[in-house]
Amino acid sequence: MIQPKKRAMLGAVALGTLSAAAALLAGCSRKDEARPAAAPAPASAVTAAPAEPLKVAFIYVGPVGDAGWTFAHDQGRKAIEAKFGDRIRTTFVEKVPEGPDAERVIRDLVAQGNRLVFATSFGYMDAMEKVARDHPEVRFEHATGYKTSANLRVYEGRFYEDAFIAGVVAGSMTKSGTLGFVGSFPIPEVLRNVNAFTLGAQSVNPKVTTRVVWVNSWFDPPKESEAAQSLINQGADVLLQNTDSSAVLQTAEKNGKHAFGWDSDMSAFAPRAHLASCVLNWGVYYEKAVNDVLNGTWKTEVTKWGTKEGLTDFVKIADVVPADARARVDEIKAGLKAGTFQVFKGPILDNTGKEVLAAGAVADDAWKGGIAFFVKGIDGQVPTGK
Amino acid sequence: MNEIALLVAATLAAGTPLVIAGLGLLINERAGVVNLGAEGMMLIGALAGFAAAHHTGSDALAFVAAAAAGALASALFGWLVIWLNANQYATGLALSLFGSGFSAFVGIGYVGKKLAERPSYAIPGLSDIPLLGGALFRQHPMVYVAVALVAVAIWVLYRTRTGLVLRAIGESPESAHALGYPVRLIRLAAVTVGGALCGVAGAYLSVVYAPLWVEAMVAGRGWIALALTTFATWRPARLLLGAYLFGGVTMLQLHLQASGVQVASQFMSMLPYLAAIVVLVLISRNPAWIRVNMPASLGKPFLPGQ
Repeated sequence: MIQPKKRAMLGAVALGTLSAAAALLAGCSRKDEARPAAAPAPASAVTAAPAEPLKVAFIYVGPVGDAGWTFAHDQGRKAIEAKFGDRIRTTFVEKVPEGPDAERVIRDLVAQGNRLVFATSFGYMDAMEKVARDHPEVRFEHATGYKTSANLRVYEGRFYEDAFIAGVVAGSMTKSGTLGFVGSFPIPEVLRNVNAFTLGAQSVNPKVTTRVVWVNSWFDPPKESEAAQSLINQGADVLLQNTDSSAVLQTAEKNGKHAFGWDSDMSAFAPRAHLASCVLNWGVYYEKAVNDVLNGTWKTEVTKWGTKEGLTDFVKIADVVPADARARVDEIKAGLKAGTFQVFKGPILDNTGKEVLAAGAVADDAWKGGIAFFVKGIDGQVPTGK
Repeated sequence: MNEIALLVAATLAAGTPLVIAGLGLLINERAGVVNLGAEGMMLIGALAGFAAAHHTGSDALAFVAAAAAGALASALFGWLVIWLNANQYATGLALSLFGSGFSAFVGIGYVGKKLAERPSYAIPGLSDIPLLGGALFRQHPMVYVAVALVAVAIWVLYRTRTGLVLRAIGESPESAHALGYPVRLIRLAAVTVGGALCGVAGAYLSVVYAPLWVEAMVAGRGWIALALTTFATWRPARLLLGAYLFGGVTMLQLHLQASGVQVASQFMSMLPYLAAIVVLVLISRNPAWIRVNMPASLGKPFLPGQ
């Protein structure tokens, strides 16, 4: 009598697993955005009838309502819609899981006639590469990746510039001398930020150390809160996160500590904890990319924009930040814009004491792309899985 | 030592939503109904609770609203599976998907909203005891309520006539029906209580724990609560331990990372699930445990008069 019941339970567990997968699939909802009010048609008879609008698609890893990473990309999408009006038509698919599902979604978007496709998370890299190979007529743009081909190019922000500036503020605000960093995954993009954050803090307060917690997810607000709480419990009093929600900031607020907004302006979430926000204005790059396609000047490139181009910015500095720190922030921003200031400049030691960048040397993009270490002052070791 | 106290405090806070949701599911499974919609009900509860807390500023009202929303969703499920005899597993899955989609849609306006200032929850006097105070007495009241709920559930299930009838229905609805008990109504009541508790657990996440509303924020905790009922072999006290074990392993891995212990974080993230699988295997090795405690009619529809 027992056997069938047990089997029924196993069935329940199996169904549960299946349904979790189904939920993920069903979770990717699609929204076709109506074009904004059509611009008045050009009256001149010389102008040819408006061509078919360029169809542009965006693939997002989170919900557009995450108030962080995906929200910032969607702001960029809205910016190009406003800018180009009738000449383009945008579509986005949100909450696309990184991995095999992404390929299905990208193929689907191509089949629907999109000729410019932006994939906005690192984990879409292999899927983009595969689909790009099969569709030479479509231009593919992948954020934060490194694989390129004739019709696949990559773009990213120099987020580490903001992370460094946040470090300067954190270093001048910390009382315990311990900073906390909530990381998503130990990939170069994120390691660069935690290193820049620590170097920034050490530039004003050489004794600062940073503790890092990895949550192995881009978006899991309760887990981000737990990670922030564990850092605070270990003595960290200024936190930065490289995850997509405002949970870390709100946990800092709850504990009377400080933190930063990341990806978008998060000052409203935690008026007392918020020191400043590191924001991304993707619109400036999306405008360039659409122009490249419309003008026929699109070519494979690796674009890395930051403070200078206006893709990243450090905004809403709180009143509690001392004046000398603000002055230093302005100085660094001006230096970045003029090209006279470098975030990664030797000598840089890793946290085992090994020199990773010689004195006086300036890091090139290959160096920045290959970061797999913690700089001196960060506790612990980069997880390698070995 | 103080770090251990903080770890205990964090464990209790992390385990609480699992205790509450798991207990609700345990109660409706004791009556013979499997509700796989836990994730959806928690999300609906999380949204209802967040909305109520946002508009009224009251945590108590938030939990009441969340319980009502969870109960409503589960009552719908109950009507489908108890009266219309829809397949419990399929309907539960549908409720789960519906709950995540519905809460995301209705909750658009609450994304990015924040709740009013939280008061301190430290219990005067007790919270100043060295170590113990920091570990146990600076929690949100809901953490203690969760433990109290487990105690109440144990008392009701094993010490009262209501509990006896509930368990009898879970074992043999036909016999209970023959004795004149309204099997369907009692099952509906159990399902509704389960839904209400799932709603409260969701609100704990959105009102106390995170506290914020974003879609899909429950992030799989409903499924963990479902697994916990099997893990606990349908015994409330074991469920409490299981939930804290799971919360503890989750928090321990974050604390170890924060203190710079040299273990791959990917491995650490796996630990809570590994622990759950190991315990499930150990339990399954002893068929008597399952045989004694698993409600015999679990997941089976009951058709009176057949």
